[in-house]
Amino acid sequence: MDALLDSFIFITVIKALVIFAVLMTTLAYLQWVERKVIAHIQVRPGPYRVGPHGLLQPLADVIKLVTKEDLIPPYVNKVFYLMAPFLAITMALLSISVIPFGPTIAVGPVRTWMQLTDLNIGVLFILAVSSMGVYGIALAGWASNNKYSLLGGLRSSAQMISYELPMSLAIASPLLISNTLSLRKLVETQTGGIWHWNVIGGAQVVSFLIFLIAAFAETNRVPFDLPEAENELVAGFHTEYSSMKFASFFMAEYANMITVSAMATLLFLGGWDAPWPAEYGSGLVPAAIFALCGLILLYHGRQGIRKWDKYTFPVFGVIFLGIAGIFLVPLVQGWLLPLFWFLAKTGAILFLFIWIRGTMPRFRYDQLMGFTWKFLFPVAMLNLLVTAFVVALRTS
Amino acid sequence: MDVILFLVFALIAVVCAINVVVQTHPISSALSLVGVMGSLAVLYLLLGAEFIAAAQVIVYAGAIMVLFIFVIMLLNAGAETRKGRSYMVQLLGVPLLIAFLGLAAFFVQRMYGDEAVTFGLFQKGGPKEIGQALFTTYLLPFEVTSLLILVAIVGAIVLARKEFD
Repeated sequence: MDALLDSFIFITVIKALVIFAVLMTTLAYLQWVERKVIAHIQVRPGPYRVGPHGLLQPLADVIKLVTKEDLIPPYVNKVFYLMAPFLAITMALLSISVIPFGPTIAVGPVRTWMQLTDLNIGVLFILAVSSMGVYGIALAGWASNNKYSLLGGLRSSAQMISYELPMSLAIASPLLISNTLSLRKLVETQTGGIWHWNVIGGAQVVSFLIFLIAAFAETNRVPFDLPEAENELVAGFHTEYSSMKFASFFMAEYANMITVSAMATLLFLGGWDAPWPAEYGSGLVPAAIFALCGLILLYHGRQGIRKWDKYTFPVFGVIFLGIAGIFLVPLVQGWLLPLFWFLAKTGAILFLFIWIRGTMPRFRYDQLMGFTWKFLFPVAMLNLLVTAFVVALRTS
Repeated sequence: MDVILFLVFALIAVVCAINVVVQTHPISSALSLVGVMGSLAVLYLLLGAEFIAAAQVIVYAGAIMVLFIFVIMLLNAGAETRKGRSYMVQLLGVPLLIAFLGLAAFFVQRMYGDEAVTFGLFQKGGPKEIGQALFTTYLLPFEVTSLLILVAIVGAIVLARKEFD
């Protein structure tokens, strides 16, 4: 039995299952969070009917997408039409396998890393996989045999090739400072508080911003969502897709968002490292945040304005207080606190994605191309040069 | 395990390579070429050269082939029609191919025949080793290549500019 538990394959399969389940749930609920946040930005309640506060909306969406009629238009190139969503979702989900979510975790007798696999070229692996993701979108546009789809596919491939350059250059600077390509070691070189993180300690604010901007373009998000600009291109490259094939593109977009947010966290924000050391009380922050949320909910539950608020607010308040209690248990603090910090940073960047979608208008296409080639690329190049000089001076 | 993986991906590479020539539609050919690049990357990975494998995917499959496909899509190139092949090709094509492959196999056997291939033991494939080799042993070819690429970029811009004047 011990041999089975310790075996590499058994642990990997379990980890893969856990990560897959969590990722899929996150994908579904990220959509809910996005709709809620944008709704609140636009001063409306957002999804509210299915379940308390629309919490079961993702489930309803999944059922809708699965049971929809799966239509293949007669004029498409069938092989590539079917291959495109498959490619898109595979490449989007593949890159999550090298992302470390935290340090080691002990389950019973087994001690393992919170990461599927640590490649010593982890950063390059993610770049390679994400560059292959272009094929899904380009092929979808071409195989649909529809001029809107084709334009969307063309726009997206041009955009993704162009923004990959500043993105790679922005990634190179923190790599120079940390001197490793392994994502796990990258975090280890940044431990010890916010002044050791690459964005502050390495003075990489410029490359962090460039990375974020390029990440928006790579994931086809507002303000760079020209491949699916609905008022010019119907729905862009996925116009002809329905049911699960449409859902694949949708999930791929959200999975890519999660990947780039996690990458930004690992490269610039110190991964699972707390903002200041535990001896100054950073371990109490999560518990305090959750307890505060719980108390606010309990307070508002007393005077609920909407019909169900009197019941839902106190229930959620108690749940949040319970979570705050879990964060104080010393047994789980070892892996729960790093996991919290990692998820908090990634979540903050994801929130930024949604926030910007709620506020920014779309670029014009020539502005989009001019911006990357005439501004982002030179700035990223300059930043890399300066960083390289500083690193060379420091080490010699 | 290594040998099985090698055989599988070598087979995929060869089938894709043949497919590049056989397919009539440019997009199918280009995608088959992507398949060749991808399986080549896996073969590098099997040897233990993970950096070269990643570079192969990023540069060839992820950048150059995307540009190929972009251009094919932009020009909206249709399927080629097979026109009558010359009599010489029909007659001599296959025998010449076999002769060429035999010759290649013979020279490979002659030059590297006594070196056994060991999977996963290639030590000089890391980013550090490659960087060191590029900036010490191969510094001159490296710099000359970058100059060559710069010339190509300037040439492309000059050629494209002409149409606007």
